[in-house]
Amino acid sequence: MANDFVRQLPFPGGTRARLAGIPVDVLLGVSILAIIVFGLVVHSRDTETFQSHLLRVAAGLVALVVAAWIEPRRYLAWAPAIYGSTVGLLVLVILVGTTAKGSQRWIDLPGLPQFQPSELAKVAIPLMLAWYFHDRRLPPRFTDLAIALAIIVVPVLLVVQQPDLGTGMLVAASGLAVIVLAGVSWRWMLAALVSGVAAMPILWLSLHDYQRERILTLFNPEKDPLGAGWTIIQSTTAIGSGGLIGKGIGDGTQSRLDFLPESSTDFIIAVIGEELGFAGILLLVLLYLVVLARGLHLATLASSRFGRLLAGGLMLTFFAHVFVNIAMVCGLIPVVGVPLPLVSYGGTSALSILVACGIVMSIHSHRIRRR
Amino acid sequence: MNKRTIFSKPGIWLRRVFARSEAWLCWLQGGGHSHRASMEDHELEQQAFVKRATVVFLLAALLILGLLARFVDLQLFKHDVYSTRSDENRIQVQPIPPDRGLIYDRHGVLLADNRPIRTLSIVVERVTDLDAAIGELGSFIDIADGEIAEFKRRIEQPRRPYEPIELKVNLSEEEVARIRVDGHRWPGVKVGEENLRYYPLASLMVHAVGSVRRINEDDLLTLDPVRYSGTKFVGRFGVEQFYERLLHGEVGYQHVEIDVRGRVVPRDDSDHRDDPLLANKEPAVAGQNLTLHLDSRLQTAAYAALGERRGAVVALDPRSGGILALVSNPGYDPNPFITGIPQEEYRLLAASPDAPLFNRATRGTYAPGSTFKPVVALAGLTEGVTDWERTIIDSGEFRLPGQSRVYRDWSWAPTNSGGQGIVDLRKAIFRSSNVYFYQLGTRIGIDALGEFASQFGFGISTALDVDASEGVLPTRVWKKGAEGEDWYLGDTVNMSIGQGHLLVTPLQLATSAMVIANRGRWVQPRLLLASDASLSGFESPSPPSAVNGPTEQDWELLIDAMEDVVHRGNQGFRENGTAWWFVGRDIGYRMAGKSGSAQVVEIAQGEEYDEEALDERQRKHAWFIAFAPADDPRIAVSVLVENGGGGSEVAAPVAKEVIDAYLLPQFARL
Repeated sequence: MANDFVRQLPFPGGTRARLAGIPVDVLLGVSILAIIVFGLVVHSRDTETFQSHLLRVAAGLVALVVAAWIEPRRYLAWAPAIYGSTVGLLVLVILVGTTAKGSQRWIDLPGLPQFQPSELAKVAIPLMLAWYFHDRRLPPRFTDLAIALAIIVVPVLLVVQQPDLGTGMLVAASGLAVIVLAGVSWRWMLAALVSGVAAMPILWLSLHDYQRERILTLFNPEKDPLGAGWTIIQSTTAIGSGGLIGKGIGDGTQSRLDFLPESSTDFIIAVIGEELGFAGILLLVLLYLVVLARGLHLATLASSRFGRLLAGGLMLTFFAHVFVNIAMVCGLIPVVGVPLPLVSYGGTSALSILVACGIVMSIHSHRIRRR
Repeated sequence: MNKRTIFSKPGIWLRRVFARSEAWLCWLQGGGHSHRASMEDHELEQQAFVKRATVVFLLAALLILGLLARFVDLQLFKHDVYSTRSDENRIQVQPIPPDRGLIYDRHGVLLADNRPIRTLSIVVERVTDLDAAIGELGSFIDIADGEIAEFKRRIEQPRRPYEPIELKVNLSEEEVARIRVDGHRWPGVKVGEENLRYYPLASLMVHAVGSVRRINEDDLLTLDPVRYSGTKFVGRFGVEQFYERLLHGEVGYQHVEIDVRGRVVPRDDSDHRDDPLLANKEPAVAGQNLTLHLDSRLQTAAYAALGERRGAVVALDPRSGGILALVSNPGYDPNPFITGIPQEEYRLLAASPDAPLFNRATRGTYAPGSTFKPVVALAGLTEGVTDWERTIIDSGEFRLPGQSRVYRDWSWAPTNSGGQGIVDLRKAIFRSSNVYFYQLGTRIGIDALGEFASQFGFGISTALDVDASEGVLPTRVWKKGAEGEDWYLGDTVNMSIGQGHLLVTPLQLATSAMVIANRGRWVQPRLLLASDASLSGFESPSPPSAVNGPTEQDWELLIDAMEDVVHRGNQGFRENGTAWWFVGRDIGYRMAGKSGSAQVVEIAQGEEYDEEALDERQRKHAWFIAFAPADDPRIAVSVLVENGGGGSEVAAPVAKEVIDAYLLPQFARL
């Protein structure tokens, strides 16, 4: 049996699902903690940010443990409700949301801290899709696929409306990840890709001016070095000037002298590149790969299709954030407002990612052992 | 596990909706959907998932590799490019302005100093709301409305971008402390210490030494942008202007670290003092110190002698040509012009009928009157149209042949007979006979007279390092060009007593007195006595060589006659020197002099017509030139008192006071 084979692997995930009774995975937990510590080290240059970040991450870790404690069947049961209320919140954002940096993304609910419902969607959509696919025939037929796409499209359109195209695409990615894992045939995906490319001109016309600007800037940042090109020029300069081992923690001139905007939030990878150099980047990226590998591995060990799809989808969503953030900061894709998971300063993002990790751990530690 | 138990009610409801829509979709597709082999088997499905997950992971790893390739490119291959770019961001080359050279008088008295002053300035380009910032600053330190108005005026004027504009000069220690504490709140606001030019003797020396002014847009067109990159002031007048190249010094550089808003990061505050890039520094080379011939003690005496009267005094050392005193009264205090003079105060100075900003001594041109007669006398002797024995009868009137116009002697009055009686050349000088010189001038002729007079420095600027007016030494050609008329004999008559078209500066008259004192030997008038380094590049056109023509005897007799002007007394009616009564009765040395009273034409810089001042302003200008001791001259002087009246009565006593101060032991420096 395949499961017996898995259990014989030297990878210890199959055997130790709990740590002193707490349903967390040691390897996944340790690599997440390593990334968090890495982020804290980078934030140490600013005491205020450091303390605030530490507090938020600690709260997120508590949320992780809570999320890991909740049994997967509860997630399965709550999935439609969670999805429904997320969509409801996204509608609410458009109606009563708080505006920041030109778009409505935050929402103030009485008794709750301000948060971004779009972050919630990144968990809610995989949850909903895993729920939908969990008793369907796989690989999905066209009808199932169409319904799954509808599940994705509704919240994505609401997010894009804010307007927040970057988050919208990541929200979409969180859903597409589940569809890919559900076993849709490669030919279909290829077809989707081709039609996506074909739809580019239409997409281009529907973009906001500032979004087009960002894309154009990507290809030629020197055209407007003090305006649209500023951020990308400064971030590549910061990264490039870091060299192999960097300028040292707190000694990055690009960030210290404020040449680099958003240096503690979306563009923190540029600070890492500048202060810790290629060595720091390599270490961090490897840590992210370990998290992904471990997460996907845990997904393969899940006892139910729901667990597999959910864990796998959440981990790929996590990875999508990592990739999009880094690629944008080093000038490979247009600038979109995506934080670097577990490192960027920011509450909602850290919380949703840690909760996602908690769900993955829950799926693993509550799995049913088949004989 | 029973699936039913794990579904909640809303789940069931939603699933039903989906199930129906699925059926509907099946129908839409015509039911032709191909059913593949189901994967109900758990193991098979899991294997398929493992396969998918593996492929997806490999894809992810590939993407990561792509990112890493980008980082390798940026951080390892192009590291140098970006490292340079990052340093270019933060390292700014900041010019270090050199200390301007100091200026001393001949005895080491400081005439132009540099005084450290704390200023509050704003880089306007880096302040978003200027009025709010000024208002906020105003709650910390006193800022006068006038200072704000002046600041705003300077913003409007053309200027260097990003140059800090001073809002308040001369901050107190306490104000500096208050600003420093909250300085971070206002990006673009700077407290700077800088050396400002300071003239300790203020108005006393302003026209002799000149002064600096803030660099303006016109200056930027001519000044070397690199040399002056840190400099805010440039010599605008006098020595400050003429020796700008020596006084300025060489600009230095230092590398400073700036943040994105352009604020310089203080090196002491940061932990980055060891940054090798910030060690890059080239100190400025201070400008050269200059020592001038000026004698501030003599200058003070000359000022005091003029008192409240408008006028000028120039004193020269005949042995060196050194300018010992150069007074134009009234002067003005140049210091407020450097720290920032209120607009209203400036307007008063500029509009004053006394023209304090105008340097009469070097730029004011006036008819020399009878002080020109010694030159005419020498011209006549040189041309052979007169000698020391020849006499005329001076009846007080002179007519050109065939003309009705009467040219009168200065002593003429309707009530007396007028004239000086029997007059030879000596008497013509000590009595200042106009009639003698009318005749003599017509005999010499304008061409010979002009050519001869030019040997004394008339019509040219001879001083080595003074930007002086050339005046007017009229010729036929000049008159044709200037007035479109031919030269008439009557013009020659006027010119032979120093009137008419001839215009001279007090400096030129002092120079002519010096040349006479030197018996025709020329030295070039100059202010600079010594400098730290050589004066290459300041060679001026060579001055006239010695005056040609007069014999040694002519010089001595002329000087004797000029001594008579001062010393010949108690000789009876029309026999005393014109200045004897006023200066010659109590004098401890032999002084040679010549008075002059010039009819007013106008003040050269174009004064306004002023009804109330009219009477006073129409009076003659009083002149006196003198040198002493007569046989071994150590000082030559010209004195002008504007609208002062008679030269002997008004100007001669001033000249005597000045020479007293220089020669007499009781005034000598201990």
